[in-house]
Amino acid sequence: MTAPTLRISDLRLGFRRWAGTVEVLHGISMHIRKGERVALVGESGSGKSVTARIVLGLLQQVRSARISGLVEFEGQNLDTLSARDRARLRGTAMSMIFQDPTSSLNPVYTIGVQFHEVLRRRDPRLKMAEARQRAARALADVAIPNPDRVLDSYSFQLSGGMNQRVMIAMALANEPSLLLADEPGTALDVTVQAQTLRLMRDLVEEHDTSVLFISHNLGVVREFADRVYVIYKGRIVEHGPADSLFEDPRHPYTQALMRAVPRLTGGGIPDIEDVSEAYFAPLVVHEGCGEPEGAA
Amino acid sequence: MSENLLTLSSVSKVFDTPSGKLRAVDDVSLEVRQGECLAIVGESGSGKSTLANMVLGIYPPSEGELRYRGALLPARRELAHRRAIQLVQQNPMSSLNPRRSIGASLRLALDVHGIGEKSKRWQRAGELLKEVGLPGDYRSRSPASLSGGQRQRVAIARALACQSDLVVLDEPTSALDVLVQARVLKLLNDLRAARGLTYIFITHDLSVVRNIADRVAVFEAGKLVELNATEKIFADPDHPYTRRLIAAVPVVTRKEEELRARLAKNTHEDS
Repeated sequence: MTAPTLRISDLRLGFRRWAGTVEVLHGISMHIRKGERVALVGESGSGKSVTARIVLGLLQQVRSARISGLVEFEGQNLDTLSARDRARLRGTAMSMIFQDPTSSLNPVYTIGVQFHEVLRRRDPRLKMAEARQRAARALADVAIPNPDRVLDSYSFQLSGGMNQRVMIAMALANEPSLLLADEPGTALDVTVQAQTLRLMRDLVEEHDTSVLFISHNLGVVREFADRVYVIYKGRIVEHGPADSLFEDPRHPYTQALMRAVPRLTGGGIPDIEDVSEAYFAPLVVHEGCGEPEGAA
Repeated sequence: MSENLLTLSSVSKVFDTPSGKLRAVDDVSLEVRQGECLAIVGESGSGKSTLANMVLGIYPPSEGELRYRGALLPARRELAHRRAIQLVQQNPMSSLNPRRSIGASLRLALDVHGIGEKSKRWQRAGELLKEVGLPGDYRSRSPASLSGGQRQRVAIARALACQSDLVVLDEPTSALDVLVQARVLKLLNDLRAARGLTYIFITHDLSVVRNIADRVAVFEAGKLVELNATEKIFADPDHPYTRRLIAAVPVVTRKEEELRARLAKNTHEDS
């Protein structure tokens, strides 16, 4: 059996502050196999985004961060890599899509120039003319009708939905084996968001890309993910296949979350607790969803 | 039949832009009934915020008129109108002054409108906080020390401080987590029932609309394309755009999926 694309084991994170250490992650474990779409869902401050940043190796550069635990990418312990080797992975073997597409694109360069930069991470000697051709193909893949016009535009000349598609095209341009998507589409209108998600889903399926999908929106997660981890205050509380987790949420916190989502079919606003002792109940794992034992 | 609190007759707002005139709100007529929650939905650029700004008097309409309890609303609002129509904004972090304590923010609203005796206003600020489910002694705290949900409660308390009739809620819960959102929506529902308030609820979240609104106005590119009772909108909407909007909502249960699929199917028949 080949190693999973991503394996995290007992990951802990704290930030050192003048008043002592603030614990953010209390030992989370998760894995993503090749071609799997896995969601990490939780409220703001639950530790979802920091997890992605640790995987990318960005948080390790923060001096106050205290990180322990194992992060394995395709069987390789990322801690054993030098900073340079890690940097080389970013944008090539693993890439990220951020929440707000407009602010993650540079407003003083055209999309074409930024695309060139992205493609050069894999292929440093790539010429502008060829990069342009490849970029145009990548943009056509995300259903952008007029790639040449978009390549000559600046991000502020494009709509949010268009920018989000550009971001997706850039993130997938180097055929990464792992895509980290942090709340993609949250800043978009619902109809655009639905289109964007469908597009992303088709593309990652086609390229067999593994995805870590970070979101607070249960509906979006249900539509996108195969498997779901629910995180609450730095602890994974429930883990299961998307179908069974949404049909049959078992952890008190997941149940509360599910009940809190207003239904399109009506039923009024439920009366629920936003804080409760019960939410700290131990992890519930659905059948057939255990963590794999590492070869390390 | 309940009386109309606010009437808009053929209201338009035209902006001059470098690329020509933009009709942000285009010939909209509607009435807001006393005590109802009217949801205004649409995507970005549909004109829903422009409409809210005209209701609040931030800018006057280019064409048409607004009437409040039958009286014409002037371009320059008088204090009484500003008091009667209040706003709760989307982001409570930017709508509350970070340098002012919460109690001072609430007291300012009372000061501006001369509500109550001056010496009692600080105490009144504490009572207002209790009415929105916060401890009264929070009034000396700064907005930064509160969570997003608590801050939004303060913004609601400030709108209530003025004893207003009509509250314009501009995406009041879209910046909040789902558990917090449920509690704030509950609070809004309870306050409306207890005080006979009227809400204009601006949002893009149709699942929230389904559960809180009495009627729904759907906007597309500045035009009012459909205005119907909530049940009707979610069972058998008239306009294809409404169907498209509902069909795009991410849902969490099978039952909702079926409803969505049923409405989406009809879209194809229309086109």
